[in-house]
Amino acid sequence: MNLADHLPALQVALPLLTAPLVILLRNGFLAWLAALVASGISFGLAILLTQAVLGPGVPEYAVGGWQPPFGISLNVDGLSALMLLLVTGASTLGLAGGRLSLRRDIDNRRAPMFYGAWLIALAGLCGIAVAGDAFNVFVFMEISSLATYILIAAGRDRRALSAVFKYLIIGTIGATFYLIGVGFIYMMTGTLNFADMALRLGDVIETRPIIIAAGFITIGLALKAAVFPLHIWLPRAYTYAPNAVTVFIAACSTKVAIYVLLRFNYGVFHGNLLGHSDLFSVFIVPLALSGILLASAIAIYQGNIKKLLAFSSVAQIGYIALAAGLATQAGLMAAQLHMFNHALAKGTLFLCVVAFVLTTRSANIAKLAGIGRRMPWTMGAFVIAGLSLIGVPGTAGFISKWYLVVAVMGVPGWGIPLVMAIVISSLMAVVYLWKFVETAYYGTPPDGDVSAMEVPLPLRLLIWSAALANIYFGLSPGLPIALAESGTGTLLGGLL
Amino acid sequence: MTTLLIGIFLLSLLVITAVAIVRSEDLFSAVMLSGIFSLLMALNFFLLDAADVALTEAAVGAGVATVLLLAGLKLTPPTEARGRSLRKLSVVVIAATTLLMIYASFGQPTLGDPMAPAQQHVAPWYIEKTPELIDIPNIVTAVLSSFRGYDTLGEVFVVLTAGIGVMFLLGGGRGKPFSRLDSHVEEGLSGHLIPKVMARLLIPFILLFALFVQFHGEYSPGGGFQAGAIFVAGIILYSLVRGEGLALAVIPPRVLLWMSAGGALLYGSVGLAGILMGGQFLEYSVLSENPVTGQHIGIIVIELGVGLTVTGVLLSIFHAFAARD
Repeated sequence: MNLADHLPALQVALPLLTAPLVILLRNGFLAWLAALVASGISFGLAILLTQAVLGPGVPEYAVGGWQPPFGISLNVDGLSALMLLLVTGASTLGLAGGRLSLRRDIDNRRAPMFYGAWLIALAGLCGIAVAGDAFNVFVFMEISSLATYILIAAGRDRRALSAVFKYLIIGTIGATFYLIGVGFIYMMTGTLNFADMALRLGDVIETRPIIIAAGFITIGLALKAAVFPLHIWLPRAYTYAPNAVTVFIAACSTKVAIYVLLRFNYGVFHGNLLGHSDLFSVFIVPLALSGILLASAIAIYQGNIKKLLAFSSVAQIGYIALAAGLATQAGLMAAQLHMFNHALAKGTLFLCVVAFVLTTRSANIAKLAGIGRRMPWTMGAFVIAGLSLIGVPGTAGFISKWYLVVAVMGVPGWGIPLVMAIVISSLMAVVYLWKFVETAYYGTPPDGDVSAMEVPLPLRLLIWSAALANIYFGLSPGLPIALAESGTGTLLGGLL
Repeated sequence: MTTLLIGIFLLSLLVITAVAIVRSEDLFSAVMLSGIFSLLMALNFFLLDAADVALTEAAVGAGVATVLLLAGLKLTPPTEARGRSLRKLSVVVIAATTLLMIYASFGQPTLGDPMAPAQQHVAPWYIEKTPELIDIPNIVTAVLSSFRGYDTLGEVFVVLTAGIGVMFLLGGGRGKPFSRLDSHVEEGLSGHLIPKVMARLLIPFILLFALFVQFHGEYSPGGGFQAGAIFVAGIILYSLVRGEGLALAVIPPRVLLWMSAGGALLYGSVGLAGILMGGQFLEYSVLSENPVTGQHIGIIVIELGVGLTVTGVLLSIFHAFAARD
């Protein structure tokens, strides 16, 4: 027995099986600690898997010893490794940085259930990232969605419940559409395994059920990914969720839906459906563009910092969707890099919000006036992550914006307008972030008190490591680029 | 021909029921109609020779889900709220979805066509290899618990997560959740003679049948999911006639929590045991010298885990609703 051979399975099984143990605990602190340790080990496993992907590669893992398509396989490539790093990293960051904030949000008696749900959400997202089987993706999508609803509903604000109900309904519609699509494909090919599906689709090419299936799957996943205008569940869900939960889900959950979208559209459909690439572009690019422009504009008018960042997320998902919709190699590179870099920036920003709310008890921008002078360390980190979100050179955000601009320049006839849209949206990002930064540094605190009130040192250190990661990956982006190149290779393998 | 006629009859009833559910503004009748819907669905599944699915739908959809919805109904007003509803938008979305699916159905293989792709690829392999590799007569059980056992592990965690959600949302906050343990004697239907006598007659058989479905799942339709739901139906019937307090005294909430978590853990441990004994995750063949015996051991243990979790979670959900008057 060599545990290294079982990394793909352990990546899912470890958080999944720790969850039932956590809910049996009676102490909130122990439950948090157990969740943090499990999440940290998952992060370690993700790093090991990443090393394996970049080195010798990770062989296909046949769960239960049954070879696909009869059994379920786990496949880990560069893109999966990228997602695993994001998911486990965001979860660990949220848990580690959220201790004080979560202790306030969730009473001790219910805490074990909460942290159990957190680990199940983590396991579900990891499960999607390693799955090589379309139905298995659905199962883990159900697991992660249900658990995420619980996490969001834990918000102190009662409006969290109505927000989560909306998310639940829309998320269920998205999952059902996905399932209908997979059902049609199974009907026409008799298989659920991605690789096998790509092979067998050739025989039933251009049949009605397959075309309809492609539509259902794309729309279902676009709902889950909150691609504009299917984003209506997102801003309220992010805003009313406990702050630490927002760090976790904002950094990774919509990206996992985009991940499945990429798997299906490139891994399965592109090589088989004539004109699918064009159709996909025609569908996704206009939506992505309107998201980039409109959501950025809406973000400018938000009075709540969490809602502002949530609308910014909708715009950023637009960048990822735009890049993915170009159906070119450069586009796919940009999409994957932006997933990684946006998660870094947004995770850091929401972690700063955790710290702000911890001391001021409000996420209202007006009430946060002067916070920059009272919490200089946290605010400094916020500015760094904000620069990365805008795409200033030297930060991680610049790398993916650069790749994105190069990718859209390659679109014949549309290069300049698309670049214009990206530039305008980035300028709007400057506006909405500046709005907050200005209030934070130059505004007068509501009660006139300007004494320093920083959060405890460990949280400050964590925030700063996250902020410095934005700079580190801006100066040496080798890791995400290598992973994205490997991911692009497997995705476009279906095109050759 | 008869099957076709019965099928058309059942499907028309299904459509009528669905329309009635949507149109009904009285939530109580909507819940009862959805119970009928599930029962009709179960009959349809049975007609399509999907006995395992039919049993699940009947036990969970028509049985336990209806009771849970009724328990939830106690906490809401009796009629549908007429707020700013998005009825028109939802009708458009549903109509578009339906039309697309009908359009797609013109291209699909005929129902039951042996040459259909779904019957030609993995299905023949399952039919051919199950006797040799797993040696149980119920191929559905073989697929669910071994060939695609990883999916089923996931489904068990879906059930567990649902339980965690209800216990988290309803179980906390104000006071103790299960504070009605020592409530008065005249609880439930205990004052009514006929339900009491009938229930006393039925409950032992329901519980016994649940155990049969649990442990006979390899040979006949059934397994942990169905058994758990049937077992829960028996206990819920008991709480209805004897009062919830007594039912909770029989199986206290903490025990239910241990059952829910323990079942999922049991299933997962079988998976880890596979790794520890030199196989893959969830590989049952390595659990014994003889791979086929290993498969049998694995399937029996994981089905037990499924049954435990389903029982624990469904009963916890029932009590969580019942505790909030």
